[in-house]
Amino acid sequence: MLLKAENIIKKFDDSLVLDGISLEVKEGEVVVIIGPSGSGKSTILRCLTQLEQVDSGRIELDGKLMVDTVDGKTVYSNSKILHKLILDVGLVFQNFNLFPHYSVLRNIVDPQVKVLNRSKEEATKIAMELLDKMNLADRGDSYPCELSGGQQQRIAIARALALNPKILFFDEPTSALDPELTGEILKVIRSLAQEKMTMVIVTHEMAFAREVADRVIFMDNGNIVEQGTPEEVFGNSVNQRTKDFLQRYSNS
Amino acid sequence: MKIDGVPIDLLTKNMLLATGNVLQIFFLTILFSIPLGFIVALARGSRFKIISVPTRIYQLIFRGTPLMLQLFFFMYGPYYLFDIGFGRFNACIIAFVVNYAAYFGEIFRGGIASIPKGQYEAAKVLGYSKFQTFMRIILPQVVKHVMPATGNEFMTLVKDTSLAQVISVGEIYNVATNASSRYFSTVPLIVAGLFYFIMNTVVELSFKVIEKKLDYYRT
Repeated sequence: MLLKAENIIKKFDDSLVLDGISLEVKEGEVVVIIGPSGSGKSTILRCLTQLEQVDSGRIELDGKLMVDTVDGKTVYSNSKILHKLILDVGLVFQNFNLFPHYSVLRNIVDPQVKVLNRSKEEATKIAMELLDKMNLADRGDSYPCELSGGQQQRIAIARALALNPKILFFDEPTSALDPELTGEILKVIRSLAQEKMTMVIVTHEMAFAREVADRVIFMDNGNIVEQGTPEEVFGNSVNQRTKDFLQRYSNS
Repeated sequence: MKIDGVPIDLLTKNMLLATGNVLQIFFLTILFSIPLGFIVALARGSRFKIISVPTRIYQLIFRGTPLMLQLFFFMYGPYYLFDIGFGRFNACIIAFVVNYAAYFGEIFRGGIASIPKGQYEAAKVLGYSKFQTFMRIILPQVVKHVMPATGNEFMTLVKDTSLAQVISVGEIYNVATNASSRYFSTVPLIVAGLFYFIMNTVVELSFKVIEKKLDYYRT
């Protein structure tokens, strides 16, 4: 098991956002998380990428322990291990969050050089290969503000991939895009899936979820309500809440 | 050449000499108050009240009282309190630095607050350290953001140097008032006005150039 999260509880002030959720991801698996807004989909990703601290629970990634709760006490590992764990994950944001003052190429090169201590030549070579893969080889010298949302998101994916993460998280990667631009992002994710990249994707693109996922998870109220293969969840969901949710989606 | 009985060439020469002092006050204030302003901005945003509250009180005092009084305070305060002094020029620089750092602190604080949370989050997930994140990702964007307000402060500072005369630090306004009373004429004051205006035109043009240079990206 590449990723193992157990009994994660996360509260914001008084509201319970994650209610004891457990999640396992195998190497090479593509997991898609769907569910209504406020169900905790993004929060679980943010906990797994250390952007939020869990209130209790246990997270293990690639054999390294991030956090554990023993006898009611939640303790995070030391900063050295946490830094290693950060390098194991990549996160693609809804709003891209590219660095606007860096050129496209530098957005991808700088983290490699500064965080992984790669040489500039090597980092540039890797960046160019990734840009080529994203069909953006000619945009290396552009600045993010000169690109469309779809192009920016592809750069953000390349930036994450350049650090060779073991697992890549997507937090609604197409939600900020015009409908005609979502296709290019989904194409990239699809090709990553073919390369057996381990991915956890939060999305509202149901058709895409059905197509790309090895496993679909339906979340509501901070926990998993139902999970299974796309056929099981979309085809004949057993849970009423899942049915209602999918019903609303197919009507809209 | 004389206008209204004022020997213009002599006056200009004296003012040019005084301009050296003005430029010294100007550049020394900038040199010290900008780094100090950044520290103030960070201290102000600190999670620890023991740091942020005193910083806020300092800013309130130095933004809330006249710079003129602060000049007097740093000039004569140490004599009364400790029987020592900084000396005229040093007292003047200290007053300007402490005063301007309070304002710069506020400007930089606003600049830092304007950077979207997503920038910090992206940097964190990529593995940048906190220091790297600030120096490489946040600071360059803050610099661009605070440029217009900083240009404002620079122009105000040029004019504020005229306050140094209250503790008898020789500068342009000082020369102007002396000449004005000697020749019973307002011409020296107008010439002084021209000097300030020319210096600020240079400041304004410089900031236009810098802002243009930083215009290669938008946030």
